[in-house]
Amino acid sequence: MATVVDGPDLLTGGKEDLSPEAVVVRFAGDSGDGMQLTGGQFTLSTALAGNDLATFPDFPAEIRAPQGTLFGVSAFQINFGSAAIDTAGDQPDVLVAMNPAALKTNVGALKAGGLIIADAGEFNKRNLEKAKYDVNPLEDGSLENWQLLAFDISAMTLQAVKPFGLGNKEALRCKNMWTLGLALWMFDRDRQPLIDWLNAKFAKSPVLAQANIAALNAGHAYGETAELVGPLKQYHIAPAESAPGLYRTVTGAEAISLGLVAGAQLAELPMFFGGYPITPASAILHNLTKLKEFSVTTFQAEDEIAAIASAIGASFAGHLGVTSSSGPGIALKGEAMGLAIMTELPLIIINSQRGGPSTGLPTKTEQSDLYQAIYGRNGDAPMPVIAARSASDCFEVAIEACRIAVEYMTPVIVLTDGYIANAAEPWKVPDPASFKPFPAKFLTEKNGPDGELLPLARDEKGARPWIKPGTPGLMHRIGGIEKNPGTGNIDYSPASHQTMTDARKAKVDGVAASIPAQAVELGETSGKLVVVGWGSTYGPIHQAVRRARRKGQDVAQIHVRHVWPMPLNLGELLKGYDKVLVPEMNTGQFKTVLRDQFLVDAQPLNKTSGQPFTIAEIEAAIDEALA
Amino acid sequence: MNDMTPIAKVQTTLKDWETDQEVRWCPGCGDYAILKAVQRTLPEIGADPSNTVFVSGIGCSSRFPYYIESYGFHTIHGRAPAFATGVKLANPDLDVWIVTGDGDGMSIGGNHTMHILRRNVNVQILLFNNEIYGLTKGQFSPTSREGTNSPTSPLGSVDHPASPCAFALGSGARFIARAYDVSKNLSSVLKASHAHKGAAFVEIFQNCIVYNKDRFDDFVAKGVADQNQLWVEDGQPMLFGSEKSGGIKGITLDMESLSLKVVDVVDGDWQAAGVIVHNAKNRAIAHMLVEMPFGPFPMALGVIYDDPRPTYEGVLLDQDAESRVGKEANLAKLLAKGQTWTVAGTAADPI
Repeated sequence: MATVVDGPDLLTGGKEDLSPEAVVVRFAGDSGDGMQLTGGQFTLSTALAGNDLATFPDFPAEIRAPQGTLFGVSAFQINFGSAAIDTAGDQPDVLVAMNPAALKTNVGALKAGGLIIADAGEFNKRNLEKAKYDVNPLEDGSLENWQLLAFDISAMTLQAVKPFGLGNKEALRCKNMWTLGLALWMFDRDRQPLIDWLNAKFAKSPVLAQANIAALNAGHAYGETAELVGPLKQYHIAPAESAPGLYRTVTGAEAISLGLVAGAQLAELPMFFGGYPITPASAILHNLTKLKEFSVTTFQAEDEIAAIASAIGASFAGHLGVTSSSGPGIALKGEAMGLAIMTELPLIIINSQRGGPSTGLPTKTEQSDLYQAIYGRNGDAPMPVIAARSASDCFEVAIEACRIAVEYMTPVIVLTDGYIANAAEPWKVPDPASFKPFPAKFLTEKNGPDGELLPLARDEKGARPWIKPGTPGLMHRIGGIEKNPGTGNIDYSPASHQTMTDARKAKVDGVAASIPAQAVELGETSGKLVVVGWGSTYGPIHQAVRRARRKGQDVAQIHVRHVWPMPLNLGELLKGYDKVLVPEMNTGQFKTVLRDQFLVDAQPLNKTSGQPFTIAEIEAAIDEALA
Repeated sequence: MNDMTPIAKVQTTLKDWETDQEVRWCPGCGDYAILKAVQRTLPEIGADPSNTVFVSGIGCSSRFPYYIESYGFHTIHGRAPAFATGVKLANPDLDVWIVTGDGDGMSIGGNHTMHILRRNVNVQILLFNNEIYGLTKGQFSPTSREGTNSPTSPLGSVDHPASPCAFALGSGARFIARAYDVSKNLSSVLKASHAHKGAAFVEIFQNCIVYNKDRFDDFVAKGVADQNQLWVEDGQPMLFGSEKSGGIKGITLDMESLSLKVVDVVDGDWQAAGVIVHNAKNRAIAHMLVEMPFGPFPMALGVIYDDPRPTYEGVLLDQDAESRVGKEANLAKLLAKGQTWTVAGTAADPI
């Protein structure tokens, strides 16, 4: 994490650099073309080659949108290089377009002078019409700002897999492997891990494995041959300088799942996960269902409410209850969250945010559930909220959520988003022993001064005791109706509600005492401008502030993990800067929270297109703020 | 395996199950009688207060857990079955009772009632049916009869009522019973529900003294009870009435219409009258009994259906346990799973 990466000058004509620092490649095709799989495998081979990387899978909400249509295009972008990579890249250097619709919807993003690799075989009359092209763009000169390499990938794939006697449809499915073979050649990648993967994947039908391998090899061979004549060149991207250790790739959904398992182990608790399928959160339920040996019980409930209710029931019975969803499902869970606050039971609620309101953009990313997380319940219902900045950061954030939930007997919300959940990045495998355990304690004997049971007695943190049903002699009742601060019996007298409201607030406010002071990511602790972010905007903000500082601009970066309650020093820290800029993928929610909490003149930079910020957008805002 | 976990029987008395809480139901409410019946039954089945959990939703009936000296969880409206499912999956050895009402269990929480029944989680579900919304002051409920006058239906309700037992059976329940608040048989019905392994559904007609007073008098009032209550019992003929109250009657199956029919029993010869013997494992008969229109027929009460199958938590947790066999919970290994690569160390920073 040392060198600043600017957009590389790959293939931009003029001086040609065959060893650029970083490259952005976008694979785009029909939903059925296997672009996500192609991208995933390319990511893996890139990681194995030792490059740092970031990815951005971007796919439609429909499972199999009608073939060839503009709305059915599925894309996968990867930025990889020999220096630190924090974003999936602003503009691709290379666009692989498997059909006219993929070209049309993606070519606008391609860097001037970038390379288009197009499957000419798919640019037929029918597909051109579906993509609303009057004239074939491969032939009318409309792509002259870029370098174009168009050839019939379909035909070449069919030829390559001919010996295996597949039907036409099955044979064409190997197209993505042909394309991947070419990409692997372009960036000088080893084919063997992929061949191993194909053999394992198609272990039951070796013919398919052989056909796909043949397609892969054919694509690779095409590169070698074409280099002699066309614009195609082979590039060498040196491995990134990383700290020594064992690495793997990880997505946000995987890292959250692993972090929850680690958190439950550190709390010495079995975990109960109640979930209901929803995009983009389902992957967490899928992952945890395969980890039963870690004392994990998973339950696919009948709806979002039952999912959280079962998790609260399990927490009552002494498990670490976890539930997960996305905006619409989180809205349904609101009442039950209030009950978890009222009964003071530990619970983790993960929100993989997507574009809203209502159904909104199921497969696109947004950060617009921040208000919902901090404020979105009836009554004064305080709850800690923490946010992950990247796929790998999800691991530590999940552990932190478990710690707060167990130590403070409170539900905790974890915010990630669709971008983090699906994106992959290299991850230095952590040593579980490096995390401090926070074992849960259960009450086993009556705790009152006169030998009575006081279910709502508080410890120094303001937490009540956790009392498992089944414990001899500690029978008691909990519930959502207001209780007496000591005995826990129903008591909605004025004094009781005042005391209990204050106690619930003080407990959650007190969490701030257990979190690290806010650090400054880049730059000084005071100055002309600070860019403050939370969640998945970390990457583009980090790169934009780096570039600005390299230009000599007086700008710093602060990135907040604990968005509620916030670090105790944050208010003072912000007051040390003349200006505060808050980029967010919403209409300015964290900006409002900062203004409210610290009376600072935070200025918003908002984007709600369902796409992450580009570095350039944030750079421009920095320029404007300092102008 | 989890079904077989024996729960130790404990000696208690009715007093052991009373809390120090002031009971806050209206004087004369049917809930008092149900509370006493439950408190009387728990010692008889050897229940252990430390191992017993009462879970409820919202409504008059859902205050029940506060009055039972066991573990209790007063949750949110309609969702008690989902909380209870989490409790049972976390600790299948706990003895869990759900207390709900016609609003809580059939209206806002109908979905969860359906799913806990079809999954067959081993709990007892007591649905107090008073055919009215009590705690919100008297609006019609999903079981209110057509034409019910209420603050939200001053011209009489037009909704067709739901039948809780028919709903439960349709949801796949393996135990269906019916009783009413002041019935002397309530305790034996509760015992049977507890003895059943799996989700046991008990509808208890309950008198709301304030908003729906004496709604069930056409079959619970003295004088008419005898002729209007059919208490079914496994292996016994379906007989009701008495010589004193106008003759002994029975239920027979009309083979032509494939429906139930009331017949007179002369000189106690029910076989001659074709009266059928109740088989609690016969699902078709159970359907007919819970759908029997009251008026032409008596109200079917008692254990209508009782045919256990493996419980949800038993099968699920056994499957989980099986999947753990031979696997090691090694977190370090899990984190390092998949395709990995090593960045070599230097002399200054070796790995």
